[in-house]
Amino acid sequence: MARLPVSPEKIIEQFGPHLNYAPKEGYVGRDEPDRTVKTHCCFCGMQCGIQLLVKNNKVVGFEPWMEFPFNEGRLCPKGVQRYLQDNHPDRLLDPLERVEGKGFQPTTWDNAMDRVVSEIKRIQAQYGHDAFSILSGVSLTNEKSYLVGKFARVAVKTANLDYNGRLCMVSAGAGNKKAFGLDRASNSYADLEHAEVIIVTGANVSETFPTLTHWIWRARDNGAKLIVIDPRVIPLARTADIHLDIKPGTDSALYGAMLKYLADHDLLDDDFIRNHTSGFEATLEVVKDHTIEWAEAVTGIAADKIIAAAELWGRAKTSFLLHARGIEHHSKGVENVLGCINLVLATGRIGKPYCGYGTITGQGNGQGGREHGHKCDQLPGNRDITNPEHRKYIANVWGIPEAEMPGKGLTAYELIEAIHRGEVKGLLSICFNPLVSLPNNNYVREALEKLEFYVCIDFFLNETARHADIVLAGSLHEEEEGTVTTAEGRVVRIQKAVDPPGNARPDTKILLEIAHRLGAGDKFTYANSEAIFNELRVASKGGTADYYGITYKKVEENMGIFWPCPTEDHPGTPRLWEDRKFHTPDGKAHFNPVSYRPPGEVTDQEYPVVLTTGRVVSQYLSGTQTRRIGKLVGIYPEPLVEIHPELAAQYNIRQRELVRVVTRRGMGEFPANIVETIRKDTVFLPYHWPGKKSANQLTPGTLDPISKIPEFKVCACRLEPTGIISDPKQAHAWDSI
Amino acid sequence: METTAYKTDMEFFVDMQRCIGCRACEMACAECETNGHESMIHVNYVERSTTIQTTVQVCMHCDDPVCAKVCPADAISKDDFGVVHSANTSRCIGCSNCVMACPFGVPKKQEQYDLMMKCNMCYDRTSAGKKPMCATVCPSQALYYGTREEIARMRPNSTPVNTFIFGQLTVTTKVNIMMPKGSTHLKVH
Repeated sequence: MARLPVSPEKIIEQFGPHLNYAPKEGYVGRDEPDRTVKTHCCFCGMQCGIQLLVKNNKVVGFEPWMEFPFNEGRLCPKGVQRYLQDNHPDRLLDPLERVEGKGFQPTTWDNAMDRVVSEIKRIQAQYGHDAFSILSGVSLTNEKSYLVGKFARVAVKTANLDYNGRLCMVSAGAGNKKAFGLDRASNSYADLEHAEVIIVTGANVSETFPTLTHWIWRARDNGAKLIVIDPRVIPLARTADIHLDIKPGTDSALYGAMLKYLADHDLLDDDFIRNHTSGFEATLEVVKDHTIEWAEAVTGIAADKIIAAAELWGRAKTSFLLHARGIEHHSKGVENVLGCINLVLATGRIGKPYCGYGTITGQGNGQGGREHGHKCDQLPGNRDITNPEHRKYIANVWGIPEAEMPGKGLTAYELIEAIHRGEVKGLLSICFNPLVSLPNNNYVREALEKLEFYVCIDFFLNETARHADIVLAGSLHEEEEGTVTTAEGRVVRIQKAVDPPGNARPDTKILLEIAHRLGAGDKFTYANSEAIFNELRVASKGGTADYYGITYKKVEENMGIFWPCPTEDHPGTPRLWEDRKFHTPDGKAHFNPVSYRPPGEVTDQEYPVVLTTGRVVSQYLSGTQTRRIGKLVGIYPEPLVEIHPELAAQYNIRQRELVRVVTRRGMGEFPANIVETIRKDTVFLPYHWPGKKSANQLTPGTLDPISKIPEFKVCACRLEPTGIISDPKQAHAWDSI
Repeated sequence: METTAYKTDMEFFVDMQRCIGCRACEMACAECETNGHESMIHVNYVERSTTIQTTVQVCMHCDDPVCAKVCPADAISKDDFGVVHSANTSRCIGCSNCVMACPFGVPKKQEQYDLMMKCNMCYDRTSAGKKPMCATVCPSQALYYGTREEIARMRPNSTPVNTFIFGQLTVTTKVNIMMPKGSTHLKVH
């Protein structure tokens, strides 16, 4: 029964999104807070240090945390406004029950828990254990991520657990495991400082990781040359030494051509390749026809610019290559990542000072959350759920027979498909808003409507939660103790600032109670979050993501510890591979052959324009939090379709004219923003909004064959001008239906 | 060493090429109750149709502030540290002379209060040895607050400039704009 119980307008009236501009009581007590809590921003993998000001168990403001080494007080607008998610009028204060025709009504925890547990039991008895699924997210702390993984396997006993990291870093993770045998950025960002050349590819650093911009400028002040690869002139590209304005979906063609150029011009580190890598010959073989001229034709980048970039990269003594979702959200996401790694390995510039490589993890705990077992194929410590030794070790930590440990489940989008097929009947979600964040979301909505039972844990009634039978009022980032792991691999402490308001409960407590009621209470006896972390340490011990030597005390004393950290006297590892001992079976870094193939959907006569999607600086992911903060909404109130003047002229599209963007999956109308800062064959839409303003009505569910990441970054569309000029004053997208 | 007094060797530097248009400075400035939760710093696109470039405008704190000179109510004053203070609320008559006279377009009249308001370089923070809020949070450090020696060491490719020529008028300011190395002034045509 996962249809909306009443009209969406009525739900929005009660639960928002409403825009919060200031604390409900005003700024009372900000000058004399009860406490100043050193913690971290919840928005993005930088996890900037911030101090929250607390008065009367409410967060009333912030103060920069000057000592935290990564950001030294610096923040983006989301960080500045993050405190307004606390004490928000939309905050869920009670568990809610769906009542047909009436909406969502408060209920008791007992009643809500009874419903949840009886439905889990009913569905599993009727259809099998795996018919009840769990979707989680990596804005959760390490403790909660670990707990969700154990909860799914030990309490719910389902294989079908996956997470929204599936839309985030899985391509990078898979690529890094193939090449290095370990999934983490190889360096801390301190190694940017004296890099001679920096490549930033598919990463809109200044909008999605704004505080990282400073580190790149520090390098530039020291003489670094910056190469930005992006279909748009993003803020960082505007001043870059070289901007390669690549056609979406052709990244691996560029990397292949650059690799061939390095080989043809004797710009390889032959000693490194010979002594520390494998697979180079085969990798070079598959790009032998990737000439610069060919790459120019495929990527749309002028040949001289490709050569200039390859020359800079080839001749540098130190360098850093950074990538993010721009190359990873593809049906070739893993191949793109491997193409980048091949360029790094070919020049041997890794494992040395100022020689770095890494993906820039997007979500708050995108790094830690993907290591400790809440993805469908993984166990804590980044262990493999199909590996008998790994299963045995974790089964032992959890106190269950290995045979009872479920196997590999379905990935996030495959779960939606399985719901459509009727194989999965129940869903518990936490920290995930798939109706906004998954591709082809009309298809996702149809799936939700087929569920027999859906329970959502969240602090706001997000768009997906409107389809739930039961909503459990959970906790914000600042309402529980824990740790997260930043994009650099630095484990940092999240300090609890306030208690959940009303009858809302900490997420941990909710999960533990369900586990208890499912009869697994003896496996879930934790005094506090630190106790969960201490079990995680043991569970990760000996795995590639080894946290055993990390303690809360050590993290606090050092303002973060980089894993791997195998023993308590180990200082942590900011820079990987200094010993040249890679974690692959043969101990070498692996080149992987990557030859170009087209994206999942290419343009044709019916759909002649490339559509790509991304983010804006003022919003975070599906917007559950940031579409409720007034000033953030005010910066960029609605999604605009960015279009080049020449392409606009072809269709007689005028500035701010509503343009119908149509793909094979759906259509949406968006005001045109006619700008020269985008390729002439490509339009761009940001994706943070729901309903009719959702870019993900349009995007395809084509998945990478290895990582199963959806191809958000490229599809074919057609543009239909409507003749209506949209008034910016009427912009209203934050609560679109 | 931490001090709680105004640090007279600290200066404000603005580097437009680093501005990413994120508006963290505006958001942070508007947290201040003294400003009535209005931002005193302004980020604007230069011309969005052709470029993503944004500029950021903060009060330049002129050595000889025109805003103060044209104020008929003597509401604007410059202190011994060179900070040009926002209009004294009991004196300001909301005439907007300063708004029209400022060569940088900084003062804004807040109609709801019938008062001119502008940046006072976070006097509450800077007088206690802290940095202004905008320069503290700026994620690209397009806004930097520090000593002249620090900026010379950290940004060897740029030169701070605080002389601005508007036609016949030469204005020198407490706030610096970072310019290409060797620059001595900025001439506004």
